[in-house]
Amino acid sequence: MEDLTVSFAGRDEPGRRTGQRANVLEGVGFTLAIGAIVGLVGESGCGKSVTAMSILRLLPSPPSRVERGRVLFEGVDLLTLDEGAMRDMRGNRVGMIFQEPMTSLNPTFTVGWQIDEALRLHTPLGRKERHQRCLELLRLVGIGAPERRLAQYPHELSGGLRQRIMIAMALACEPRLLVADEPTTALDVTIQAQILDLLAGIRERLGMAILLITHDLGVVAEYCDEVVVMYAGRVIETAPVRPLFANPRHPYTAGLLASMPKLDGGRGMLPTIPGMVPSPGSRPVGCPFTDRCPNALPRCRTEMPPLEIGPDRHAFACWNPVR
Amino acid sequence: MAGYLLRRIIQALLILLGVTAITFILLYLLPADPARQIAGRSATAATVQSIRQQLGLDLPLWQQYLRYLGNLVQGDMGRSYIQRTEVASLVWSRLPATLLLMAGAIVCELVIGLGAGIIAAVRRGRPTDTAIMVASFLGVSAPQFVVGILLLYVFAVQLGWFPIGGYGTFAHLVLPSLTLGILGGGWYSRMTRSSMVDVLRQDYIRTARAKGATGGRIVLVHALRNAVLPLIAMIGLDVGIFMSGAVVVESVFGWPGIGQLTWQAIQQVDIPVIMGVTLTAALFIVLGNLLADLIAPLADPRIKLR
Ligand SMILES: Nc1ncnc2c1ncn2[C@@H]1O[C@H](COP(=O)(O)OP(=O)(O)O)[C@@H](O)[C@H]1O
Ligand code: SF4
Ligand SMILES: [Mg+2]
Repeated sequence: MEDLTVSFAGRDEPGRRTGQRANVLEGVGFTLAIGAIVGLVGESGCGKSVTAMSILRLLPSPPSRVERGRVLFEGVDLLTLDEGAMRDMRGNRVGMIFQEPMTSLNPTFTVGWQIDEALRLHTPLGRKERHQRCLELLRLVGIGAPERRLAQYPHELSGGLRQRIMIAMALACEPRLLVADEPTTALDVTIQAQILDLLAGIRERLGMAILLITHDLGVVAEYCDEVVVMYAGRVIETAPVRPLFANPRHPYTAGLLASMPKLDGGRGMLPTIPGMVPSPGSRPVGCPFTDRCPNALPRCRTEMPPLEIGPDRHAFACWNPVR
Repeated sequence: MAGYLLRRIIQALLILLGVTAITFILLYLLPADPARQIAGRSATAATVQSIRQQLGLDLPLWQQYLRYLGNLVQGDMGRSYIQRTEVASLVWSRLPATLLLMAGAIVCELVIGLGAGIIAAVRRGRPTDTAIMVASFLGVSAPQFVVGILLLYVFAVQLGWFPIGGYGTFAHLVLPSLTLGILGGGWYSRMTRSSMVDVLRQDYIRTARAKGATGGRIVLVHALRNAVLPLIAMIGLDVGIFMSGAVVVESVFGWPGIGQLTWQAIQQVDIPVIMGVTLTAALFIVLGNLLADLIAPLADPRIKLR
């Protein structure tokens, strides 16, 4: 992804009409290597979901609009594809799973029908072969008694099972990239670990890349190869997991790591740093983190620090980084 | 399931019993004298009195009611005061025309309402949407006879595509069905639009898009199945409404249905016939509701009959 900038038409906030267009993403870029798991982290509202949805062009438009940038997938810019070619990517070459397993499946169709649909849309397989493949997929995502499960409706399944169904559906056509937008946030802790282990295992077996969006730095440390840290619609630091955790350079990342609970396996929600994230419409000219930053310099208010790549593929955007 | 049905049937019978009681009391309060009606103006007081006795009209209200119920369970709805025929056979002879018009009207309503509602929802906020909603409003608020006469004038008188009125062939059915369909379609399109707009916002629609389904498939397969759920109850209601309420359209098109029978009966204060058609309409309302409740679980697996 290169320089992706996405704006939204202002929506009516209670009591006041904002009317203006605001850039929700501002020059977002990062790279996913084949077979890698890249963690995308940042506070709620920083633009993680918008980034994820931009890849498959799932954002509603209007109000959203891509201002500039490219999303290169196997050498093709997804943003320039026509609608038909884009559909061939969705659910076929690129799979996606969402945060809300309870509402992401259609309540009026059996889960079997819904998984089967992905195969019907993208493969020439016959009915029998598709059925075999569905059974195979349920086994792959660790669901027992697959014959019975396929005939069930979503409301008959638990959240964990539904998320497994979503994963099976996303994997039906063996995509090269899986975008997982907070796949475990809505699930309880033991199920979270099971689902993440499942994703890591599937990555090993199928060799696809995963963009794993999460709130949870513990998850990043445990499952990811690389990390992309976002703040207020920008990438502010990106690096392989080890160097980032050993030596975070951006004060925001450092703050996150410092307040992360240690020793308990690192499973904690993203810690809070005092202060407010500026909303898309009211971001300052300079570094958006200035008001909350312990390292802030006068220059930070007036000039936006560029994302500069250093050794170790470690990049950060800061005038006065942590040593 | 059997228990559910049994309970619903008992419920239905109680409702019908209530309807007979209320109608009976209301009609009893009318300042009409059936015996005089039957005997005619020139009859003597003695003749009138003997007819009164014969029909049991001199008995107290509750005894008259019990007599009526007793006859009813044997399938006897009484005789028309005016036409001197069995009410049951009068209603029965009008039933085919009424059911036919009902079917035609519901088909038209659904085609018009679903089609317009879906298009409006997909084009939400654009001129097409506004145009459809204005048209639906007009459809809902236009008087039946205006729409009926307009259609008659254009398609029967001017263009000559359809007969001007009457009953018997498919061509006769088109204009009256369309009239009712335009009126009811306005309701359906508003309902469809709002329920469709709601469904299109749901997460599972995003999932379908992420899977690579086409826009048409998403609307017609993924969304429609969910959006029609609220309409099923409405169709059930329509079954009852059309049973009794197509009076105006039946007169405009000379359609020999129950609506016309009702209208005549009311004008002539033909109490047994009024009782008969009211009861028949109530029966169909109850049946329509039951049918809707039985169909709902087929469309929505989350609904369980209990
Ligand atoms: N449909 C929308 N209309 C207007 N603004 C939106 C819309 N969706 C998201 N945004 C804006 O985009 C920003 C980023 O949202 P999101 O990507 O969902 O954050 P998160 O990192 O929590 O996933 C939010 O501040 C929100 O205001
Ligand atoms: S640029 Fe300045 S304000 Fe922004 S993070 Fe770095 S030091 Fe803090
Ligand atoms: Mg999000």
